[in-house]
Amino acid sequence: MMKNNVINDWQIKNGKEKDVVLSSRIRLARNLKEYKFPNRSNFQEKNKLINNLKDKLCFLTDQSYDFYLMNNLSVVERNVLHEEYLISNNHVQNPEAKALFLNNKNNISIMINEEDHLRIQILKPGFEFNNIWDEINHLDDQLEEKLEYAFSKKWGYLTSCPTNVGTALRASVMCHLPALVLSGRIDNILGAVGKLGLTVRGVSGEGSNSVAELFQISNQITLGFTEVEIMEKLESVIKQIITEERKSRKYLLRNNFLNLKDNVLRSLGVLKYAYSLDESEALKYLSIIKFGQDTNLIEEKLDHNLFSKLLFRIKKAHLLYNSEKELESKDLNIKRAKIIRNELNRE
Amino acid sequence: MICERCGKKEASVHLTRIINGEKEEIHLCEECARKSSKFNPDDNLSFQSLLSGILNQNFSDKNSPTLNNSQSKNLVCKNCGLSYREFTEKGFFGCQKCYQTFADKLSPLLKRIHGNIQHTGKQPESFLQKSEIESEITKLKEEMQKAVEQENFEHAAEIRDKIHAVKEDMEADNDEK
Repeated sequence: MMKNNVINDWQIKNGKEKDVVLSSRIRLARNLKEYKFPNRSNFQEKNKLINNLKDKLCFLTDQSYDFYLMNNLSVVERNVLHEEYLISNNHVQNPEAKALFLNNKNNISIMINEEDHLRIQILKPGFEFNNIWDEINHLDDQLEEKLEYAFSKKWGYLTSCPTNVGTALRASVMCHLPALVLSGRIDNILGAVGKLGLTVRGVSGEGSNSVAELFQISNQITLGFTEVEIMEKLESVIKQIITEERKSRKYLLRNNFLNLKDNVLRSLGVLKYAYSLDESEALKYLSIIKFGQDTNLIEEKLDHNLFSKLLFRIKKAHLLYNSEKELESKDLNIKRAKIIRNELNRE
Repeated sequence: MICERCGKKEASVHLTRIINGEKEEIHLCEECARKSSKFNPDDNLSFQSLLSGILNQNFSDKNSPTLNNSQSKNLVCKNCGLSYREFTEKGFFGCQKCYQTFADKLSPLLKRIHGNIQHTGKQPESFLQKSEIESEITKLKEEMQKAVEQENFEHAAEIRDKIHAVKEDMEADNDEK
């Protein structure tokens, strides 16, 4: 059984450039020399690795970690972790012989027996690569003192997929880009980003579509550049995207003030009074309200982190979690609307 | 003409498909067309199948023409039993030894994916120490050889003992893990 507080912590804090960048994340893939990669191991071998790591990771004393076997968690609990980006979909769907170390602040996760033996990840609110890198690098050093990593001088950290080899580092940010979407500039900009060896994908939507104008941007290349070079390149591109998004916001406000203000306040009205909301409708209006807050179109005092606070809480597994009875989708929509109403009507 | 899918908007996209001689016509509005999978025949193209496409290419690497394609397909990793053919189909290595087994094929492949073939990032501390120790041993061996050539056997024996000591230290370090 999962601890009750495994919901919302890192997302709701303030962070740099949070009007555009909601959160930053770095993950490292690591494998151990003496074990076959997970895709080539049987359950017995995988469990042996889990037990070995469980013994060796208890020395991590900077923070306290909880250990979870995926099989011991319910589907809803696993989905809650997935909705918060703490575990992969694969960990939800195929829980056998998979495990997780999670720190008490719920922003450091170490997945065991995912595509690689270890997937170490740190999340922080806002635009924050330097701090995350220092922290994850230190954690990696600590792990490496106890574990023998699969490493080659030529190819770096050896991973089960050749697209991760080298630094085995994936850095990504989640951006809210409503003005670039609204002004139709998004395709051009994201196309250019793609040409620079970075990947963009819509969050919460299918393929590259995005429900709440949320986009995840990450590095594609992991071999041939140092970790710092990879992050610097990503950082410089994201800084430009932040600038362009803010420019577009100003432009839209200058030319379309009446429509925008009307739309923002109507959306606020819907969320304040709606009795039933499905997820994509809720996300759509929440995104508009975040835009309204960030552009000062809403005069009324609302929690500045409203969007990040609600983003996960209105998702299906979060609604089901802690609920006493089974909920059908119409009940979920009612519960979702109620959570949002309560948050917005709070004095 | 009205869109067949939503039945509301004007159909502005007209698609004719002929599969095995059977003709199928579809009339959709722009919005429904964008959503229709029939216009995105590559929707099922997964990441792994894309990667497998890259892996299956017969690379012409002038620098290491050591293996021809049929030979390489029969390569099998001794540690985990993965064949090169399976690797190109799945897109995953089976263990760290696969990197050595398929080494000749990897440089052109990694060049395609990353544009680079040499890691320049972080190295594990233990790896750095190990390579330091290894280079120390190489240096000592050279010195020992020189001493033997100069018939300074006493000195050569001293160096030999030193090499033993360094090796033992290294093994003791490994056992602690």
